[in-house]
This record gives sequence, C-alpha cells and structure tokens, in this order.
Amino acid sequence: MTTMTMKTWMSRSLRGAAALALSGGLQAAWAVGDLAGGPAKNQLDLHPPVTRIASEVQGLHYFMLIICLVIFLAVFGVMFYSIFKHRKSVGAKAANFHESVSVEIAWTVVPFIIVVVMGLMATKTVVAMKDTSNADLTIKTTGYQWKWGYDYLKGEGEGIGFLSTLDMAHRAMSDAGKPVGDNYLLKVDNPLVVPVNKKIRIITTANDVIHSWMVPAFAVKQDAIPGFVRDTWFRAEKIGDFYGQCVELCGKEHAYMPIHVKVVSAEDYTKWVDGKKREMAAKADDPSKVWTLAALAERGEKTYSVNCAVCHKADGKGAGPIKGLDGAAVVLDDETSKVIDILLNGANNGTMPAWKTLSDTEIAAVITYTKNSWSNKTGQIVQPADVMAARK
Amino acid sequence: MSAVLPQHGPHDHTHDDHGHGPLKGWRRWVFATNHKDIGTMYLLFSFAMLMVGGVLALCIRAELFQPGLQYFNPELFNSFTTMHGLIMVFGAIMPAFVGFANWMLPLQIGASDMAFARMNNFSFWLMIPAAIMLAGSFFMPGGAPAAGWTLYAPLSLQMGPSMDAAIFALHILGASSIMGSINIIVTILNMRAPGMTLMKMPLFAWTWLITAYLLIAVMPVLAGAITMTLTDRHFGTNFFNPAGGGDPVMYQHIFWFFGHPEVYIMILPAFGIVSAIIPTFARKRLFGYTSMVYATASIAILSFIVWAHHMYTTGMPVTGQLFFMYATMLIAVPTGVKIFNWIATMWRGSMTFETPMLWAVGFIFVFTIGGFTGLILAMAPIDIQLQDTYYVVAHFHYVLVAGSLYALFAGVYYWGPKWTGVMYSETRGKIHFWGSLIFFNLTFFPMHFLGIAGMPRRYADYPMQFADFNAIASVGAFGFGFIQVYFFVFVVIPMMRGVGAKAPQKPWEGAEGLEWEVPSPAPFHTFENPPKLDPSATRVLA
Repeated sequence: MTTMTMKTWMSRSLRGAAALALSGGLQAAWAVGDLAGGPAKNQLDLHPPVTRIASEVQGLHYFMLIICLVIFLAVFGVMFYSIFKHRKSVGAKAANFHESVSVEIAWTVVPFIIVVVMGLMATKTVVAMKDTSNADLTIKTTGYQWKWGYDYLKGEGEGIGFLSTLDMAHRAMSDAGKPVGDNYLLKVDNPLVVPVNKKIRIITTANDVIHSWMVPAFAVKQDAIPGFVRDTWFRAEKIGDFYGQCVELCGKEHAYMPIHVKVVSAEDYTKWVDGKKREMAAKADDPSKVWTLAALAERGEKTYSVNCAVCHKADGKGAGPIKGLDGAAVVLDDETSKVIDILLNGANNGTMPAWKTLSDTEIAAVITYTKNSWSNKTGQIVQPADVMAARK
Repeated sequence: MSAVLPQHGPHDHTHDDHGHGPLKGWRRWVFATNHKDIGTMYLLFSFAMLMVGGVLALCIRAELFQPGLQYFNPELFNSFTTMHGLIMVFGAIMPAFVGFANWMLPLQIGASDMAFARMNNFSFWLMIPAAIMLAGSFFMPGGAPAAGWTLYAPLSLQMGPSMDAAIFALHILGASSIMGSINIIVTILNMRAPGMTLMKMPLFAWTWLITAYLLIAVMPVLAGAITMTLTDRHFGTNFFNPAGGGDPVMYQHIFWFFGHPEVYIMILPAFGIVSAIIPTFARKRLFGYTSMVYATASIAILSFIVWAHHMYTTGMPVTGQLFFMYATMLIAVPTGVKIFNWIATMWRGSMTFETPMLWAVGFIFVFTIGGFTGLILAMAPIDIQLQDTYYVVAHFHYVLVAGSLYALFAGVYYWGPKWTGVMYSETRGKIHFWGSLIFFNLTFFPMHFLGIAGMPRRYADYPMQFADFNAIASVGAFGFGFIQVYFFVFVVIPMMRGVGAKAPQKPWEGAEGLEWEVPSPAPFHTFENPPKLDPSATRVLA
C-alpha cells in the first residue's frame, strides 16, 4: 500500500468511526459544527495538514499507529490465547520452563531493530522542521500575559506590528458559562496574516513567562521564552483561516490567548500590507503637521521625561558636567538651527548624544518644551517641518 | 497479634515472652519502629493523599464537564491541576510504594526489620507536616501554587507565598524519600538471610533496590532546582529569572533531570509487584528472572539520558532532538522485554484469576497502551504536534494510574491477607477491578482524541468541538473516584477490622517466597533469628 492510499484510508476510517461512535447522544447538548482550520467536532485524527511538514507528521503518526497496532495484536493475541487456554479451570497443567537465552535475545534484538527503523523514519522530518533558513518573511511573535504580539521583521510588510487578543465577548461567554459559536475561544481581533506558499519564519519570545505558539494544521509548536529567542517555520499550502492556542501554562488566562493565522494569496497579502501601512501611517505623526505651542510643548514634556531628564534633570538644571538647559543661551537663542543640530548630531564629543532616532515631531516637541519651561519663556516654537528640513 | 490493628483474641500474647511487643495506644504509632507498623502508616497515609488528590481531580473534571466556566475561576483551576499533580506524585504513589517496601522487603529477604528503625519512623512522620503544609497552601493568601506540578520558572516566580510553602514541603518530602531509600538499600544489601543471594532475591526487592538508587540520585537535583527558585523569589538571585539574565530553560533541564527518573521511580516497584503476582497465579516460575533484573537496571540507567524529550518544543538544536529521540525510543526495548517475560510466564501455566491476578493482567494490558503512546510521543515530530495537549495527559495517566496504581491495588489484594490475617471478598475485589478498568478507560481514552485534535492541557475552558469527549471523561472520572471509595469502605476497612475468612499462611497455591513462610497475619516480629533457607531461597528449612 502506498503512503498516499494508506493515509486516505486511515483518515476515512477514522472519520467514519467518529461519526459512528458519537452520532446522536451527546451531540444534542451543544450545537456546534466543525471549524475549518480549527478543531472539528469530536475529531479523531490530526488536523488536515496544510504544510508539507504537517503532512509528514501525519504520515509518521499513521505509521506508528499501524506498527503499534500490529505489536498490540501480536502480543495480546498471545496473552489472551494463553488466558483462555492455559487456565486451571480448563485443566491446564503448568509447564516447567522458565528461561531461554535465545528467546530473550530474539525479543531484545527485534524490538531494537523496530525502534531503529522508527528513529530513521523520523529523522528526516526532525531535520526539516529545524531548517528555518531562506525564509521569505520573518515575523517575531511575542507572548504576553495574555495576548500575542506580532512584528513583521523582514520581507514584504516589514515594520508592521500589532497585538492579537481574544475577542472580549468570548471571554465574557466563558465567565457566564454560556459558550456559543464554532470559533468559541478562537476568535481574535487581529489575526496574523501571511501569504500562501511562502516560507514564513516565526521567531518566538515572551515578555513575562513562557508561552507556546501552536498551529496544529501547520504542525508548528514553539515555546516563547522570555529573554530568549527561538524560531520555527511553516509554508502554508492552502488559503484559509487556521487556529491554535497557547500551549504552555502561562497563568490565569492561559486558555484565553488563541492564535489565528489568515493565509491569503500573494495579491491579497500585498493589499493587506498596503492597507496596514496606511493605517499605521495614519496613526503615526505627520511631520508636515503644524502644531500649536501648547500642544507641542505638552507632547515635548513626555519626550523630555523619557529621554532627557535622566541627565538634564526634570528641572532643567543639569548636574555636574551636564549642562543646564534652564536659562541656557543656546536654548533661549532666537536662531533655532543650532539647537536642532545639537539634537540631531550631538555635541561635546558625544557627551550629548545624537538623537536622530527620535522622530521629527518628537525632536521639535522637546525643543519647544525646553524653550518654554522653567524660567525659559521665549514663546518660540519649532515645527516638525523645521527638523525635517534640518535632517537633509 | 495482628500487625495492622490491635485485635483481642487468642493470638494477642503470642510474642509477649520476648518482652517487646507493640506499645499500647497512640504510642504504638507515634514511636513506631516496627517495619510493619510503619508500612501500614505509609499505606494509609498514601491512600488519604490519593483521596485528596482525587477530589482535586474531580474538581477539574467537574469544571471541564461542559465548556464555559461553571464552578471555578481559572486561577483556582490552575491550582487544582498543580496540586493534583504534586499530591498524587509525592503524596500518594511514592509513599505507597515505600509502604510496600516497609512491609514486604524484610519479609521477603528474611530480615528482622528495616536497617534503621528510628530513621524509618522519622521518614514517615516527616511527611505529615509536609502534607499538611502542601494541602494547606490552598488557604494561604493568593491560594495554592498554580504554576503546574512542574513549577516552571518564571511563572513560579509570580506565585504568592504558597509557592514557598510548597517548595518547603517538597524539600521535606524529598528528605523523607532519601532517608527511606538509604534504609531500603542498607536493608537489602546487609540484612538478607544467609543463602538469599542477590540473584535469588524476589524481583520486588530488586526493583526497589534500583529505585532507591534512582531516588538518591535525583531527589537532591529536585531540591536544587526548587531551592534556586526559592532564592530567585526572595534573595535576589537570577538563576531562572530572565529579567535578571537568568535562564528559564535551565530550570526545565534541571527539573526533568529529576523528573524523568522520577517516573521510573514510580513504575519500577510496580514491575516488582507484578513480577511476584503473575508467577503465583500462573503456577509457574517467572520467565527470564535474570533478564528481568538486567532490564530493570537498563531502564534505570537509560532514564538519566532521556530527560529532554519533555522539552522538544523549547527549541533544542537538531542534534539534541535527535539524540533524545533515539535514547527515548531505546527504553522501549527493556520495557518490551519485561512485558514479553510476563506473557511467557503466563504461557502454558495453569492460571486462575483471583483479584490480584486480574489487577496484574489489567496492569500489563493497560500499561502497555501507555507504553505505545509513549513510543509515539518519543518521536520528536509527532511530539511537537502533541506536546502539552491532552494526549500527554492521557499517556501519563495510562502509565501512572493503570501502571503504578493498578500494581499497588494488585499488591494490596495479594499481600493484604498476609498483613491482616483475613481474606478480602473476591466478589468485592472483582467489582473494584472491573469498575476501575471500565471507568479508567472511559476517563482517559477519549483524552487521546482531544490531544490529537489539539486541545491544550491545563485549560479551564475549551472550544466547543471538544465538549463531548470532555463530558465522557468527566463521567468516567467520577465513576473511577467512587469505585476507590468503595474499595476503601468495603475491602480495606473490613480487612483491617479482621472481618472475613481467616487467611491461611499461604493463601495462594502457587506463591513462592519467604513472606509465605510466616503465619497470617504476620506476627509483630518475624525472622528475629536469621532463617535457614533452602537452595532456591524461597523456603525456610525447619
């Protein structure tokens, strides 16, 4: 029997058995159907494979089931034959043998050969699962208590990042003890979107405790460990929605941080990336925006307290070698280009570092803040556009 | 004098001429130095813990009977899974086997008692405060530990003060286990009757000797792991705390270096019990005694080099995964040898199926299913699909309940008449066996399917597609729980009270061994002078 026919036969008979065993009876209690890409009702077999690896795993599982079944039938056939034939009540007299070196060697060597064959069968898949090289798209998956964060690190869509949380209505249904729906506990606000037939490398890490990222249809499961990065990969061969859940105990809400992967065509993926980028840009600061002094100074205070106050102090007086900003000539100066230059490029041989990683808006805001705080009352404003111009 | 409960009857003063019969009243138990009394206390203690752990299991199954949260919040649910695991492993299964060791080892090797009688007392009584502290952690601020019985960092670092109580309790239980092991090793190596050579010892003594070495090797490793957790929690160290540069995966390596041998600690003595029962009821000597001893030793040695198969999904290098996969599969070989030897023992025997034999055959049958799923899980690619799902839960309950617990029950029925001097009721024993067998499989067999379909373990709530199998499992669990209460009320208590047919010295036609050379119930003191043994070391020469 070829692997393919064996697999079809196995999965068909498993489905048949499920229908037979559980039709009627308990089913009435919960009105629920199969969830495509997620669990099926009373599923008996692994998820229908969507990646080559998942297909290999399913094949290995069938192979193991058949071997175990054959051994099971052989061993317990003998045992039950003995139980029925060699019982005192049917007049069996006990024989007297109690050792045989050749038999012992046989039943040590034969199982040894069987496990070696099993090991060899699995080796190729183990190696393939571990090969995360040459990915088309790299996504960092971060486990949080209790949600997932996705950051597209490399490939089309680079820079996209978002959190993915269980639909709060499902959490409420859980508390109420009244669950409804085929996707109960599997619905998230923002699914992970990936293109079909592309090698996706998933880098996992975590923010607090260990989580584990699983999608059964892809045969992917990788612990997300705080302080460490690990990786895994998949190449989904079908378009559709696929579901998984966190599988490493991560505290109270462990059961409530599902995984939803949306596999889309290359064109749809490009569209999604464009849409997502536009959405992010809309949220980000527009450097051409013209701000009022009050709004910009307020924004600047936040930037200052996070980035500057460590050295220049909250009161702007500085300390030791760090120059004070309160009343400093360079801050009070009408000519703003000098202070913009210091922020972008640093000063005093790097004692004042370059802050060009901050956005134009942040730099403009922090300058505006320093010019209008403490005893500095210049009334001057630096717009993000000025900073943008100075960067060139 | 019954060794289990004081009975007033004609035997009461049998040994008073020696001038050191049991003390009267509570002193007999608190100051106990007699291996039989201490064995009895161990067995009763472990049954009490089995009930506590069982109630927790039923709380879990009640919550999982239907999707949605019905009874418990998720944090409390996590406490239940955690405490169920800790109590069953450290409170029920391990002490039960120590109880068997106390009762049976001196009788089987012709020794007068355990080597260190007062340490024996101490190692039992240490467990009481530890168990109270462990179970009492439910009433501490923040509730009982909820990080899983494996206590993985950094989740364990987030727990409330009850985690410290649990760690302290585990330290004490570990110390108790180590003392028990030292006692067992010294007793077996030094106190065998003349003529009882190592290779003539009953297999129960052999499996316990090897188990005791495993315990001494790995309990300190667990103590190290949880002590590091403790110092991370309170003394500013960062062994496992990633925020301070610690390595949470290192915790898992250390834990499973203990944890994997631990599962053999819980199964090897079970092999010993089954190896005593099968030959008795097949009326035929154990097949391949020598290879059984070597297989046990091989399993013990291999158990040290397979721990990372619990960690395939942590992200090991590919060579690591391959090594641990091959090593794990190798364990199937000596384990298979044992199964084959038992069946060869039954082959062409003259079998009867009293309750101990039913349990032993049930053990072989159901434990082997757990062995098969173990083999399937050993295969790394499949394990990555099934890791941390209900498949794993099904697997380890097949080997720990259908393995260890079934063997313990087999042993209670087999040696119970020797302990108490009365026969149990065969009908009640059979009800207990068949009830347990059916309900066990009803509980745990559907969990294989849940795991294959991807239901993660330690989940307080689950997608609705998993509802039916969970409902079946819950029904089975309650049945399994009640049948154990039946066992205690209708089998154990009557035997302890001496109600029932009087047990002969050797109640089993085919039984061999020195324990059947002393009267039933076993007198308070046995083999006070080293017995003279026949060449097979199974009979005492008059």
